[in-house]
Amino acid sequence: MNDTLEVALRLLAVFAVFLVFPLFIGQAEHKVMAHMQGRLGPMYAGGFHGWAQLVADGVKFAQKEDVVPANADRRVFQLAPAVALLPYLLVLVAIPIGPDNAVGEVVDAGIFFVLAVMGVGVLGSLMAGSASANKFSLLGGLRTAAQLLAYELPMLLTAASVAMAAGTVSLPGMLDAFEWWWVPWQIVGGVLFFVAGLAELQRPPFDAPVADSEIIFGAYTEYTGLRFALFMLAEYAGIVVLSGLTAVLFLGGWHGPFAGELGWLWTLLKTLALAFVVIWLRATYPRLREDQLQKLAWTVLIPLALAQIALTGVVKVAIN
Amino acid sequence: MTLAAGQGFLSPTGVEIAFLLVGVATLGAAVVTVTTRQLVHAALWLVVALGGLAVEYLLLTAEFIAWVQVLIYVGSVVVLLLFGLMLTKAPIGRSPDADSGNRWAALAVALAAAATLVWVVVDAFRSTWVDLDKATAGAEAGAGSTRVTGEFLFRHWVLPFEALSVLLLAALVGAIVLSRRDREDPKAGGGTGPTSGRSGRRPGVRGTGAGTGPRTPRLGTAGTGVTAPRTSAPEAPAPRASAGRTPAGARGDAAGQAPPPAAPQPPAPPRPTPR
Repeated sequence: MNDTLEVALRLLAVFAVFLVFPLFIGQAEHKVMAHMQGRLGPMYAGGFHGWAQLVADGVKFAQKEDVVPANADRRVFQLAPAVALLPYLLVLVAIPIGPDNAVGEVVDAGIFFVLAVMGVGVLGSLMAGSASANKFSLLGGLRTAAQLLAYELPMLLTAASVAMAAGTVSLPGMLDAFEWWWVPWQIVGGVLFFVAGLAELQRPPFDAPVADSEIIFGAYTEYTGLRFALFMLAEYAGIVVLSGLTAVLFLGGWHGPFAGELGWLWTLLKTLALAFVVIWLRATYPRLREDQLQKLAWTVLIPLALAQIALTGVVKVAIN
Repeated sequence: MTLAAGQGFLSPTGVEIAFLLVGVATLGAAVVTVTTRQLVHAALWLVVALGGLAVEYLLLTAEFIAWVQVLIYVGSVVVLLLFGLMLTKAPIGRSPDADSGNRWAALAVALAAAATLVWVVVDAFRSTWVDLDKATAGAEAGAGSTRVTGEFLFRHWVLPFEALSVLLLAALVGAIVLSRRDREDPKAGGGTGPTSGRSGRRPGVRGTGAGTGPRTPRLGTAGTGVTAPRTSAPEAPAPRASAGRTPAGARGDAAGQAPPPAAPQPPAPPRPTPR
C-alpha cells in the first residue's frame, strides 16, 4: 500500500509540474519578449505585472466556440490536440530532477523512452494538418513531417553520444555517472540536441511549419477555443521537456554545489536558463526558409553529430 | 528456462490476461488498417497496431525493444507514411481507389506468414517456461532489459547484426540511385521515390478527376478558390497550380516539364533510413 501511495504521489507531482510549468514558461515568454522588444507585455491581469495573463487567456479560450470545419475529418481533427499534448506529460514522468531517484518513474531505457514518446507528439500536428481540409494546414503538416524526419536523427545521435559516455541508457544512471568535464566533452552534442529539439518543437527560428506570413498557422489554422489552447500548451510543455532533457543529458542535471540538498534546484535553474534561451532565440533570429532548414539538418547537424559520436568513442576508449 | 511443469499452461495471471487483451486489440487495429477505405485513417490505425505491439513487448519485460519499436515505427515510419500521403493525395474521406484487386492473394500471404511465425515460435519453445523477471545468465536485471539485450545482440549475434546493417546500407544507396534526377529519361525514376510505399499511387493518373471530388484538398489545385493565389510568397508551392503536384517526389512523369524551382523539401533521398 505504501508503494502505491508513493507512486501516486510521484505521478501527482509530475502532473502538477505539467500543469504549472508550461504556463510559467508561457508567461515568461510574454514578458521576456516584451522587454527584449522595449515593451512591457501584459500588465493588468492579476494585478502584479500581469502574472495571471495566461489564466485569463485560458478562460477566454474555454469560452470560445469549438469549431470543426464541415469537410474536416471530424474524429481525427478532434483527437489531434490530445495526441500532441499527452506525450509531453509522459516524458516528464521519466526526467529526474534530483539525486536518489527523484524521478516520477525510473525507466530502464529512459533515453529511448523519452525520444520515442516525444516523436509521437508530432503525430498530433500531422493529424491536424491532414484532417483540417485546408491547404495551409496541409502545407504545415507537410513541413512538420519533413522537419521531424530531418531533425530526429541528430537528436538521436547526440543522445546516443551521451549514453555512450555514461555507459547506460537510464536517465538517473547517466546523472549518477556524470563528471564535470563531460560538459566540454559533449558540448557540441548538447548544442546539436538543443537545436534539433527546437526544430522538433517548431520553435523559432525553425517555425516554418507554422509560418504565419506564409501559411497562416500551419496545421493549427482551423483550430479554435480549447483545442487551439491545447496545441499552444503542447508547445510550452515541449519547451519544458526539451530544456529539462538538455539540462539532464548535457549540463549535469542536479549536479552542482550542495547537490545533496539542493539538487532539484539545480535542475530547475538549468532548465529555466535553457527555456530563457529558447525564448531569446525567438526574439532574436529570423525564420529559416524551408530549404535552409533541411539543408542545415542534413549537411551540418548530422555530420557534426556523427563527429561527436566518434569523439565520444575515442575519448571513452582512451580513458579506459 | 525450465519446463513448464507445475506452472500450468497459460495460467491466467494479470499480465497474461493483459497480454491477450492487448493482442486482440492490436489484431483488431491491424485488420482495420487494411480494411478501412480512408487512407489517413489506415495510417493512424497502423499507429495503434504498432503501439499495441510495443505494449506487448513491455508486458514481456523487453523494455528496450518496446521503446525502439515506438521510436522507429510510430515516430518515423508512420510519419513517413503520412508525409507521403499528404505529399501525394492528401485524401479526406473515403478513397474509392484505395482497394487493391489482389486482396485474396494478400489474405493468403498474410495467413501463410502468420502460420509460419506461429509454428516457428511454438516449435522453438514448446513447453519451456521462461521466467521473465529473473536473470537469464548472471545478469542482475530482467531478461528483457537493455543490458541483456545489448549483450545478446553484440556478443552472440554480431554477425547477423552487421549483415543487416550492410543490407540497409545497400537499400539506402539503391534508393538514392533510383531517385536521382540527373538522367535524361524522366520515366526512369517513376514511382521509386521515398514515398512510394503506398499502393495505388500511379504517376500520371492522378488528375483532378481521380480523387474524391471537392473534399480532396490536393496541393496546388484550385480547391479553395481565391485563397491559393494570395500566398505568392517565393517559397510557397501553391502558385504552381498547373503542375498539380509538389516537386519533392522523384517522379518527373511529365516529360519536358522544367525542374521545379526552389523545392520546398529538397533532400528527399535520405529519408528511407528509418526502415
